Formats: sequence, C-alpha cells, structure tokens
Amino acid sequence: MTPINRRRLANFKANRRGFWSLWVFLLLFVLTLFAEFIANDKPLLARVDGAWLFPTVVGYAESDVIPDGLPVEMDWKDPTVLGEFAERGGWALWPPIPYKYDTVVRDLGRPSPAPPSARNWLGTDDQGRDVLARVIYGFRISVLFGFSLTIVSSIIGVAAGAVQGYYGGWVDLSFQRFIEVWSGMPQLYLLIILASIIEPSFWTLLVFLLLFSWMGLTGVVRAEFLRGRNFDYVRAAKAMGVSDTTVMWRHILPNAMVATLTFLPFILSGSVTVLASLDFLGFGLPPGSPSLGELVAQGKNNLQAPWLGITAFVVLGGVLTLLIFVGEAVRDAFDPRKLPGGGR
Amino acid sequence: MSTPVLQVNDLKKHFPLRGGLLGGTTGYVYAVDGVSFDIAKGETLSLVGESGCGKSTVGKAVLRLFDITAGQVILDGERIDDMPSGTLRPMRRRMQVVFQDPFSSLNPRMRVRDILAEPIRNFGLAKDGAELEAKVAALMDKVRLPRDAVNRWPHEFSGGQRQRIGIARALAAEPDIIICDEAVSALDVSVKAQIVNLLQDLQKELGLAMLFISHDLAIVEHMTHRVAVMYLGKIVEVAPKRSLFAAPKHPYTEALLSAVPVPEPGAARERIILKGDVPSPINPPKGCRFHTRCPYAFDRCRTEEPPLRAVADALGEGHVAACHLHDLSPAENPLSGSKGAALLAAQ
Repeated sequence: MTPINRRRLANFKANRRGFWSLWVFLLLFVLTLFAEFIANDKPLLARVDGAWLFPTVVGYAESDVIPDGLPVEMDWKDPTVLGEFAERGGWALWPPIPYKYDTVVRDLGRPSPAPPSARNWLGTDDQGRDVLARVIYGFRISVLFGFSLTIVSSIIGVAAGAVQGYYGGWVDLSFQRFIEVWSGMPQLYLLIILASIIEPSFWTLLVFLLLFSWMGLTGVVRAEFLRGRNFDYVRAAKAMGVSDTTVMWRHILPNAMVATLTFLPFILSGSVTVLASLDFLGFGLPPGSPSLGELVAQGKNNLQAPWLGITAFVVLGGVLTLLIFVGEAVRDAFDPRKLPGGGR
Repeated sequence: MSTPVLQVNDLKKHFPLRGGLLGGTTGYVYAVDGVSFDIAKGETLSLVGESGCGKSTVGKAVLRLFDITAGQVILDGERIDDMPSGTLRPMRRRMQVVFQDPFSSLNPRMRVRDILAEPIRNFGLAKDGAELEAKVAALMDKVRLPRDAVNRWPHEFSGGQRQRIGIARALAAEPDIIICDEAVSALDVSVKAQIVNLLQDLQKELGLAMLFISHDLAIVEHMTHRVAVMYLGKIVEVAPKRSLFAAPKHPYTEALLSAVPVPEPGAARERIILKGDVPSPINPPKGCRFHTRCPYAFDRCRTEEPPLRAVADALGEGHVAACHLHDLSPAENPLSGSKGAALLAAQ
C-alpha cells in the first residue's frame, strides 16, 4: 500500500462516526444476506422418526415428513400437518422470526394490519405478513440492487468519462451533447410506459435505471482526465509510445479514482432511494416482493397503523444515514488538506 | 558530417484561436513559424529564447505530442511527422524527453522500479524479469542513485534526485536523442550543476544527441556544442557555442547575452535594454519580427523578412543569422564581428 493510501485509511479510521457506520452497515448487510436463516417459515432443523431434516436448505414433500402425508410440498405452518408432526414426537428448531416475507400469518385473531406483539415484533402489514421479516428481506434486496446499480453504472460512467476526457476535441464535444440530450429524457414516464408493456423485475429495472444512472460519474471522470492528460508524466508516457489504453489505465485512472471513490457511497444511497421511490409508486419490483418502498406506501395507506410508517421511516432513514456517514468519512479521508488523525 | 540524428525542416505549429458566436476559428497563435535545425550524433544543440518564443512547442512537436501544422521532422532519416501512430510507436524509443518540473513528471502512484521498467517493458528490451531487474539496476547506477532506492516512491526523493529518475527513465528506452525541456530550470544552482554534469557524462558515454531547451544562457554556455536562438516562433541565429557567445550576429542575441549576469563584482559591461514587450504571436510584426524592438532597425527591416543565411565569422564555420544588417558594408554593420576578431587575435 502506498504511504498516501495508508494515510487515507488512518484518516478514515480516525473518523469514528463514519468508521462505525461502515461496520454497522456491513454487519446488517451480512446478516441480511443470510435472511433465510433468520426469518423463514420453515424450521432450521427438524427431527422426526430418527431422521434429521434441514427444511431451510432442502425442500421436503409432506410425505417425507409424515408417513400418511400427501406428495406435495411440506407446509410447515399447516396446523393439521404440524399436529401430526408433534404426535410422532417430531421436534423442530425455528429461526428467530418464524415467517418469510410472503408468509401470511394465519391465526392473527384480528384484522390486519395487526400491531406489534410478542409474535410479530413489528406487527403485520395490511395483508397479514410479518413486517420484520419483510424489512429484513427488503433491506437485502434494496442494498443488493443499490450495489449492482452502483458498480455497473460506475464502470460504464468511468469508461465513458475517461474516453471523453482523454481524447477531448470532437469526441468530447459530441459525447457531451449526447449526454445533455439523454439526461433530458423523462425517466419516470419512460418507466411507466415500460411497466405497461412488461412486468418490471429486478433485472429489467436494473438495466432500465442503468440507461440513465451511468451519467452520474462521467462529468467528474471527464474533468479528471482532461486535467490528467496534460501531466508531464502522462506526456512522458506518450512520448515513450505507451498505448492510449495503458496510459489511461495506469497513469490517469488511479488519480481519477480518488474523485470517483468519494462519490460511490452517495451513488449507492441514491440507488437505494431510487428503488424505494419506484416501489412506492408501484412501478418497481413485482407485487409481493419485499421492499422498503412498498412498506412506505402501506404506511401511507394505513395511517391508523403507525408501526408501518414508522418502521419504514426508521429503516430507510437509517440505511441512508449510515451510507451518508460512510460517504462523508471516505470523502474526508481522500481530502489532501485533512491532517492525519482527522483533525478538524 | 554524417546524417544527423534529428533534422527539422521548416517546422510550423499554429494553434487555432476559437471564438465568436459559432465558435469558429478567429485566428492563430503562430507559436512556431518555420524552424529548421539538425542535430548530429553526440551533439548538443541548445534552443534558447525568452518565455513564449516557442522553444517548448518545438520540443513537443518533435516528440509528436501533437500534430504539426507544416514542415518535416526527420529522425534517423525517416520522416516521423506524418507517420501513422502505429508505425511511429517503435520509433518513439529513439527519442525521449526529460521535463522541467521533477515533481510533476513522475507518476506519484508508481514505485521507481515500475517507472523505469515501463519503457523497458513497452519496447520489449528485456527478455525476462531478471534482465529487467538488471537493466533497472544499471540505470540507477548510471544516474548515480542507490540501487535499493527502486522500491521507493517518487515523493521520497528531492528535486535533484527526482530529475535523475526522470533522466533514467529517458535512458531506459536506449534512445538516440534526448530532448531536455528546461530540464534543469526548476532546480537549485548546486543541484543544477550536478544534473548538467551528469547529462554531459551520459552524453559522452552513450553518444547521445541532445536538444537542450533552456532560457538559462550560463548553463547553455557550459554544456552545449551549438546554440539556436529563437524569437517569436522563428530561429534568428544558429552558431557554434564559441562564435555565438563571443560574436553574436543578430541584435537579439546580442541583447540576450548582455543580460547574462557576470559573476564578478563591479564588472563593467554594456547592457542593451530592449524597449517594449515581445509582440503577440497571434499577430506577429511584418518584416523582421524583431524590428519593433531592435536598436538598429532600418526601413528594410519593417517590410522584408530576412532569411536565415550564413554570415562571415572569423571564429569558424556554421554561423547563420537572419538579419539585414549583414547586407550593409562592414563599417556600417554594428555586428560586423570586431569582438570575434579581437578574441581570435588574442588567442
């Protein structure tokens, strides 16, 4: 690691708020990656008739679990089946939250949305699904979507900006005009039209948002390359006959990456927001998917059930705040004017 | 004389000026406007002149860091100014550059080893890793830096040391000619002397040709063989060092020389103070470009541009200058070379 990067890392660590935000965010992200083991409508482990079963990993038929069961998929929430299971001395270890994001809680005993209780820690939504389970899965899909969008659009954006800035002249000018026209497209209308033709899924949404989000970084990278191509060491490399791609990759890009990296956490939080807002409007992920935006919409439609709105607000706000704190810490760590130790 | 390593014929570089409503070309900066010179193997040619006269543009044009407007650049007998970049790439090995600012000419994100290895790898000059290491070590020896410094980063070195790294990088490609673009101007006096001596030693050792672009006449006098003086995008005088410094044949050279500080307290000397500023290269004067500031200018200078041609010089051959004064009788010519004759007589 170069000394300058070592100093940046030290600067980043010295910013306690950003540093801890990163850890909290990573912890939540890693936890939710294993959402199937935290919130699921199947037991983690079950034992019946001397056999060990792993229902979260393996799909069992009813007949595999109880001898007179039907050859259909085992429903671990069916009271009749579970009664038989218990009679045979069956024993099951359930995940801490025994519901999946699409599990409808059957014996609520009251109309949904039901308020928080010992069974449903954050209550249920208006279709009787456990809110906590939905939040866990929703967090995962939001962050994964955000990461995918950020990474792919950064790669495209950096490449486009690099070509623009490095070659300059007509390439730059025509590209710049194209970006101006392209960024003037009414994204939301296009999405609404698209949603009426095909049903949006994770991947179609990703591709569609990519069409517009790559422009976020081009400006910065273009500026860095316009500056970088006139550095003496870049000229020396050109005089050395080093190929254009190598000059861009080895000599200019590392410098341009500083500006890029400081933007990434903000782009990530932006991507999370975009998905949430599309879900809120109903043009996002297919109905039934766990999504923070959909929870916001439910909160709006069920003002008598404040746990919906409050949960959506806290989770969405929390994620975005963590990402902003990380982003600020990264930005400050790369600031050459900051003293080592993060002195302010 | 054998074929020159580098030959430049009537090189022109005009930068377009854009402006107006439609962003059209409204004029040109005549940065370099017809420059010719050649450099033989093992020879140093210095290109001197004040700021903005186009010295560095000549250097960059020769390196083909941009395309030239007109003229020819011939490297080892091959025209490189119109070569497609693919054909040019292997030719670039023969021509390397050392820049002025040792702090911006090295990539701060590369270790010294990688900086020196880049040209070697790029031109495939080493067969394997061991040979590469050996070459890098040899380069460090050549520029008198410790071998173990290859693992360090550029910012860990002083200005003089970094300039040595820059020179080593130029040498790594095993070039025939090195273009030093103000290579010592940014350094302290003592460091400057070291680098100049290093360049001279390397030139003797490797038989390099050198184009030494500088505004520092004292350094030029110390290390060059021939000098070309530029004024406003044109060469006004070319001469072997001794003739030029003893008997300048162009009023501009004379004025430049009179501005060199003499390290001798109380030394009485004639200062020629030029009046006015350098005219804009966007709209250079008609006739001789120097006539607006020349103390000897007469009518012909204002209308007719003097060609660069051989002038009589008692000190030796190869003295060319662009000045109408040499058409006058020696008695009328203030530059007739009385100083040179006196010097010759004294020897």
